[in-house]
Order: sequence, then C-alpha cells, then structure tokens
Amino acid sequence: MELNLFVKNFAEIFEETEAGLFKPSTKFRDIEEWSSLLALSVIAMVDEKYNVSLTGDDIRKSLTLEDLYNIVKEKK
Amino acid sequence: MYNPFTLKGKTVFVSGASSGIGKAIAIECSKMGADVFITGRNAERLNSTFLELDKGNHMQIIADLQTDEGIKTVVEKMPSVDGIVHCAGIAKPLPFRFSGKEVMNEVMGINFYSPAILSQELLKNKKINRGASIVFISSVSGVLCSSVGGSVYSASKGAINGLVKGMAIELAAKMIRVNTVNPGMIDTNIYVAGTITQEQLNEDINRYPLKRYGKPEEVAYLVIYLLSDASSWVTGSGMVIDGGYTLL
Repeated sequence: MELNLFVKNFAEIFEETEAGLFKPSTKFRDIEEWSSLLALSVIAMVDEKYNVSLTGDDIRKSLTLEDLYNIVKEKK
Repeated sequence: MYNPFTLKGKTVFVSGASSGIGKAIAIECSKMGADVFITGRNAERLNSTFLELDKGNHMQIIADLQTDEGIKTVVEKMPSVDGIVHCAGIAKPLPFRFSGKEVMNEVMGINFYSPAILSQELLKNKKINRGASIVFISSVSGVLCSSVGGSVYSASKGAINGLVKGMAIELAAKMIRVNTVNPGMIDTNIYVAGTITQEQLNEDINRYPLKRYGKPEEVAYLVIYLLSDASSWVTGSGMVIDGGYTLL
C-alpha cells in the first residue's frame, strides 16, 4: 500500500476540489466540498480499492489524509 | 372484553423475526393472541425471539429467504396463515455512484425479490387463507423521501409500495388485503456496521418533530391493526409512521 496512491484515490472522489491540492498532510474534513456524501464515498472507495471496511468513526477521528491512510493500513 | 384488534384464532407468519422490527412484531402478535410462525437466518437470535413469545401454538424455522431452498423450506413447513408480515430487510448506505449491480442485487434481493417471491409461492401453494392480511414493512424512504447514500434502498422500498398496489387489486377476489407500513427511522441495530456514526444519528434525530426515533413496538401496533379485523376495509394502502419526519 502506498500513501501517494491513496491520496490520489481519495482525490478522485471529489468533484470540485482540484486534485493537486490533496497532500498527505491535508486536513480533509476542512475542505469546503467535504460532506456526508463524501464521507460515505470514502468508505465505499476504501472498500472497493483496499477491501477494508472503514467506519464513520474512523473518518471522524482522522485529522489528515495520512491519519486515514494509517487506519486503512492497520485494518488491511 | 371488547377488543376489535384481537389476533386470537389467527396464525401469523413473520419473517426477519430474529431482530429489530420483526422481533417486536412477532412478540406483540403473540401477546394479542396469535399463533406465530417465525423465520430468521440466525438460529440463536431467532430462538431468543421464540422464547419471548407469549403462550400459543408457535413455530420457528431457520431459513435464508434469499435462497430458493430457504423459500421452499418455509413454504413446506408453514401452516396456512391469516397474516403475513414481511420484515426481513437490509439498509446499505452507499453513494449512488458506488452502488453497482452487486449492491443492487443484494439490496433488491433481500428487500424486494424475497418477500415478493415468498408471497407468490405461498399463494400458489394455497397457504394464505381467504380474508388474510399481508403486510410488507416498507419505509418512508423511497416513497416520500430519501437520504444521502439511500438510493438503492429507496428503490427497493419504492418497488415494494408499487407491488402492494397491484397485489391488493388481484387478491381482493379472495378477500386478501395487502398493505405496507412505512416507518421513519426505528431504534434497531440496522446501522450496526458503523458506516453512519452515532453523531450523525443524533443529528438526524433532531429532524424528527417528536424528537426521537420510533420504537419497534410502535411499528408492531400498526401492524397489529392491519392484521386484525379492525382493518377489514383497508387494502393497497401505505401507512406512514414517522414521528412527523416527512412533514418538514
């Protein structure tokens, strides 16, 4: 599993936010476009690409993309 | 005692009786005097419902109604009934763009095909008595509203509401009534997977004018009305029970 690929996969589910803005240190819940739909989309994307079941709480307790990546890695 | 809602002398089948709304319906129906025939997929949990039933001539069968085998078993073992309550169902919160064919098949399978085909098989095998009442547990979702991540779930419940109208017309010849109950959110473990956080649920509760989710028993009381002779002139209807949710 690779962090940069995770960031890229994450960026892909956003419609408005430019992909170049996503970094491992990005505080994703502060992004203007962030919504409950995107939270569900992250769970669905991680399930599809990594075969890992994230919970809403996993997302809630992650501050940055790297935090979330680490949870996915741990659950893998 | 005068009681137009009694289920005494009636045999009622309840699917999805191992938890949530189905469990409450099975228990409340037994308290209203019905003999109850319950199914579910989990032996241990189904038995715990069975043990909570009030006295009567009850039966439990472990069956997975998603399979032809499961439906066959239930149809064979089931006595002819005066009431059917289809409660087995799943909610799978998933954005539309991620809800592919596999998800659609799973959700439509459990929420729509299984109860529809089971009803069909019971009719073909003459297991549904004249004057019986069939109740499908649908939802407000897909009929009056929907939610983020709820598109396919809504589709399955909307399909049920449509099915019921057609069935009600055709089965009226046998005086069989067919209705749906359309609840808002009920306190069950349907979101146990954790996709939706407790925080989100708490926020959602505030959108209900009555400021709480419903209780499984409250849905059961409406189902009892539809199973009883008190509702003899009600067919093809969708009964909303939602704490006022869809008013806003």
